[in-house]
Amino acid sequence: MNAVIQKEEKYMSIKIALAGNPNCGKTTMFNDLTGSSQYVGNWPGVTVEKKEGKLKGHKDVVITDLPGIYSLSPYTLEEVVSRNYLINERPDAIINLVDGTNLERNLYLTTQILELGIPVIIALNMMDLVEKSGDKIDVKKLGAALGCEVVETSALKGKGSMEAAEKAIRLAAANKASAPRHEFGKPVEEALQAIADLNEGIVKQEHTRWYAVKMFERDEKVMEEIRLDQTAQDKLETIISSVEQELNDDSESIITNERYDYITNLMKKCVHKQRRGMTASDKIDRVVTNRFLALPIFFVVMCIVYFVSVSWLGTIVTDWTNDTFFGEWIQPAVGTWLESVGAASWLNGLIVDGIIGGVGAVLGFVPQMLILFFFLSILEDCGYMARVAFIMDRIFRKFGLSGKSFIPMLISSGCGVPGIMATKTIENEKDRRMTIMTTTFIPCGAKLPIIALIGAAMFPQFTLMGPLLYFLGVITVVISGIILKKTKLFAGDPAPFVMELPQYHIPSAKGVWIHMWERGKAFIIKAGTVIFVACGVIWFLSNFGFSDGGFGMVEESASLLAVIGSFLAPLFAPLGFGNWQAAVATVSGLVAKENVVGTLGVLFGLGEVSETDPGLLAQISLMFPHAMAAVSFLAFNLLCAPCFAAIGAIKREMASAKWTWFAIGYQTILAYAIALMINQLGGLILGAYSFGAGTVFAILVLIGFLYLIFRPAAKQRKAGAPAGARA
Amino acid sequence: MRTLKDVKCGETVSVMKLNGTGALKRRIMDMGITRGTQIYVRKVAPLGDPVEVNVRGYELTIRKNEAENIEVA
Repeated sequence: MNAVIQKEEKYMSIKIALAGNPNCGKTTMFNDLTGSSQYVGNWPGVTVEKKEGKLKGHKDVVITDLPGIYSLSPYTLEEVVSRNYLINERPDAIINLVDGTNLERNLYLTTQILELGIPVIIALNMMDLVEKSGDKIDVKKLGAALGCEVVETSALKGKGSMEAAEKAIRLAAANKASAPRHEFGKPVEEALQAIADLNEGIVKQEHTRWYAVKMFERDEKVMEEIRLDQTAQDKLETIISSVEQELNDDSESIITNERYDYITNLMKKCVHKQRRGMTASDKIDRVVTNRFLALPIFFVVMCIVYFVSVSWLGTIVTDWTNDTFFGEWIQPAVGTWLESVGAASWLNGLIVDGIIGGVGAVLGFVPQMLILFFFLSILEDCGYMARVAFIMDRIFRKFGLSGKSFIPMLISSGCGVPGIMATKTIENEKDRRMTIMTTTFIPCGAKLPIIALIGAAMFPQFTLMGPLLYFLGVITVVISGIILKKTKLFAGDPAPFVMELPQYHIPSAKGVWIHMWERGKAFIIKAGTVIFVACGVIWFLSNFGFSDGGFGMVEESASLLAVIGSFLAPLFAPLGFGNWQAAVATVSGLVAKENVVGTLGVLFGLGEVSETDPGLLAQISLMFPHAMAAVSFLAFNLLCAPCFAAIGAIKREMASAKWTWFAIGYQTILAYAIALMINQLGGLILGAYSFGAGTVFAILVLIGFLYLIFRPAAKQRKAGAPAGARA
Repeated sequence: MRTLKDVKCGETVSVMKLNGTGALKRRIMDMGITRGTQIYVRKVAPLGDPVEVNVRGYELTIRKNEAENIEVA
């Protein structure tokens, strides 16, 4: 290690930011530099979070991994996050990763980063691939032209990363900002100078260029921040519009055009491209997204992913974890141990049945999820996931979802938890939130016993109950998409789908492993906190209650949960299942949906029974006044708030308590509305109800529903336009 | 005026003008589609939308209604 660097470390902590386009190998380099285990992918915009790590062997050097971005525009979340960090927190140096195989577009960001007044090192990445392709890049010339040092790297092979970091440290210590050498055309440069004069004393010296360019672009975010007085604003407007008139274009486009023109010239000077035919990636793509083969290939890939991670291997590992690992090993062992140390029976119950049972039920999903994430990681890292969006976009964007929503939906038919977590691959925030909110409407594996139970009890001759409810789930997703898209929360033009289709890669084993583990870990931590507490609470409520004038452990039918159930029952009366057993079963479904069946068994005094028990079937058929009430019960349980594990996943992916509550609230209210309509209108048709208040209520709900579906979309109005045309 | 939407697969065109405003226009330009850029239309998705184009040496996908903002010749 370099002695100079060591000396510097003693008295300063250095912040280095990693910036670059998506798919340029930035996350790989971050892992390389910090040794931290972090997600590696080749997917636009996947590192939405800010990731930091200490540089290996340099305790005082903190590396921040910025989201992958194409520009520093004010329009996308990732770009705004990045530029705010770069301007406000001002790292001591920036390592700008540039994909050598895709130099032109990558350097576009570079021209913007160089204007920030921060020392910049360019890491020219994927040089191994560049050499292989026969292209020649004159690195010295490139560095000289850009006005900063260029280091050749190959992050995947671990080459050059450290060299880039050490150079960045030295630059940071010298605090010598890179002087951008690129210039705009004469009219623009004059305007920038005039704006800089206008800003004299308002912005910091080192930020002069950045603010001048941004104000010339009329960047909304910067204009809000600077708040010029009226005279200065008028002056600025005169400066900009005179250039706009001269060049006959808007100022934002002028800047972008000139940046790219500059890069095109630079490329001519510094890069010698080898003429070549189709690359391997092109050949793969020609088959995989072929007009006729794309859908069949997609279908086969999805079948394999679903079959292995949900039906076959997934079920085996989940059953083993639940029944053998927790059921036969952990629970009895802990129970015996607690008895041997003389723990009270309630404590034993709380720990063994409540917490281990509950959390175990959730953790049982972990192995299955890891298998699924393994596949998702491969699909992402190899570049196929971007093609999934390309293939499916047409269908999904019609109801406000992204082409990438297909995968979460498919997986949710197995289990909603990994389904929700699979939404990570959707880079647009609105699309992602919408998918999270709707994906659990697809019946998951744990809901199948409920369908089987009610189906067998109420409709023994009707075998299509399962498919019918899947259909209900899909319809609910579509309707939700249409309704939500029209609300203010999701309104506005659909996000631009101008998306890069990265080159196909063979995914690296290390990358896939890190990727898979990162996601699994996030879920395990969630299970250890929120779900842990929730399971304890439900266990307490279902085992304790008031009896014989005292408070203590009671049968479930006398428990606090039963009291709550009786309290909630009237709420469910309009849905056709206003008895406390049904209410309690519904609440217990929050721990895990298959609990609904078990709870009904316990409440009817039958003990632990399966969904095919004849005694239970008889009781169930007595529980509902008519067939439609049973369908309503099914619909409500399938569509309402999912289990705690899934709620935990929602919380995790929404990363916002407000959005989590909104999602759960929306799901529950929608479930209520649909169940109400099924029960009331269905009951009326069957002749079980006569026309009454309930019918009127249901019709009103139906009208409201149709209104929400067919009303015109809420528009995101710009300031100045008449607002609130429709509240 | 012909737009990118009307270009057939396998054709290479040159960008004349970009319409539209705000986020969409900026995004299109940020991705390297600026005046004078050569665009090669590689293929259309199996369901007829979006399209895949090659621009500045990389592959980009864009919806037809977005491609409509790009005037080409």
